[in-house]
Amino acid sequence: MNRRSILNEKSFELTINRLCYELIENHNDFSNTALVGLQPRGANLAERISAKLKEILGTKDILCGNIDVTFSRDDFRRRDNPIVPQSTNMNFIIEDKTVVLIDDVLFSGRTVRAGLDEILSYGRPRSVELLVLIDRRFSRQIPIEPNYVGKAVDTVQTQKVRVEWSEIDGKDQVYLETE
Amino acid sequence: MESRTEIKKHLSTKHLLGIKNITADDINLIFSTADGFKEVLNRPIKKVPSLRDITVANLFFENSTRTRISFELAEKRLSADVVNFSASTSALKKGETLVDTVNNILAMKVDMVVMRHPNPGACVYLSKHIDVNIINAGDGAHEHPTQALLDAYSIREELGSVKGKKVVIVGDILHSRVALSNIFCLQKLGAEVMVCGPTTLMPRHISSLGVKVGHNLREALEWCDVANMLRIQLERQEIKYFPSLREYTMMFGLNKEILDSLSKKITVMHPGPINRGVEITSEVADSDQSIILNQVENGVAIRMAILYLLAGKIEKPS
Repeated sequence: MNRRSILNEKSFELTINRLCYELIENHNDFSNTALVGLQPRGANLAERISAKLKEILGTKDILCGNIDVTFSRDDFRRRDNPIVPQSTNMNFIIEDKTVVLIDDVLFSGRTVRAGLDEILSYGRPRSVELLVLIDRRFSRQIPIEPNYVGKAVDTVQTQKVRVEWSEIDGKDQVYLETE
Repeated sequence: MESRTEIKKHLSTKHLLGIKNITADDINLIFSTADGFKEVLNRPIKKVPSLRDITVANLFFENSTRTRISFELAEKRLSADVVNFSASTSALKKGETLVDTVNNILAMKVDMVVMRHPNPGACVYLSKHIDVNIINAGDGAHEHPTQALLDAYSIREELGSVKGKKVVIVGDILHSRVALSNIFCLQKLGAEVMVCGPTTLMPRHISSLGVKVGHNLREALEWCDVANMLRIQLERQEIKYFPSLREYTMMFGLNKEILDSLSKKITVMHPGPINRGVEITSEVADSDQSIILNQVENGVAIRMAILYLLAGKIEKPS
């Protein structure tokens, strides 16, 4: 297997910082914004971004939750086994708020579509934006485009993008795997 | 999305006919799926679209309130289409056989069947004659798997785990499908089980299942962490098994005095419907040691998990 680095530890941190400043440009003090990570790995990114925003803005009040989209997926009964759900953690209502959906890798767009369905269970947001760490361009199966992109990469279907987190895998990094 | 960890486990069975023929892995998979659904049930909008192309028939050949409503809610919250059937209002009295009745319903394109039947083994029999997934909602005095699963799930929620816990099942063991399913389920999860009741209501070879057998309520309660109080099923008793209900209550009824006199605080469960003042007093049923209403709440999440996991086994849309 061939591995190529997309983001190393240093560029990973720079990318997250830049994404935070882009968010601040559009959301001011985040009083009417909620960050929502898509489980499993979008939750790590949402957590990281929320921590960084609190540090930059010197505030403690940033709404941040995560949702599991398993039950809204469109591939139920199309795969051999049903996916076992991860936890959802949303202790606020998103009625009339600006929601930033957050995921680590954007590929077909189907997970995000399920996420759009899922957040409607928590109210009607004023608007929804999408933030991703890695955008695999030209691979969308659904017309969904991100508002904030950490890094865009061109890949082929058989390649895999791996995002590793220091709290889980020991090191922050992103690489591309080719069989 | 590619970093999603897909758990390679799936149910070992196409039907849920009883706890006896499923594995501990199956039970744990149902529990972890139910955790997800429990969260769904606490949302402002308690509905997910997973089963929107599935039709479920609820066939109740025997009366039921709780189980039937619980199944129907579980199905509706998964967005399945539901058809209900009850023996009292059906053409069953006109002499149709079980297989014919079910085949006629299936001819209308039903994907899953939830069935309660007064005869033990009715679901097993049906599973040999029809092709769709069957969930047993209680068959005579045989098994009631969803009740056992929600009981064990409630114990896990209350005490952190089921493994190593001591559970006593008190009352009419002879006529109880809840008791049998509970014994299988708790043992598979590593709990110790005791059954306690009058000798006449104890099946003769019950100890061959590896359970302790007791006839003294106080001793049983001192031993256990959890007491599951069963209802006396008078409708299944053709002869008198004990002199009077009053005497049964004096010997095996759970009241506040006994509960308070124990050396530790135990958890009290009841599968419902409660005969207040017979097997359990109102004071105990409504106390903070009772998790009876949690059991009912968890019932919906457990049934959603079972429907979801079994529906995953239905053939893919072509």
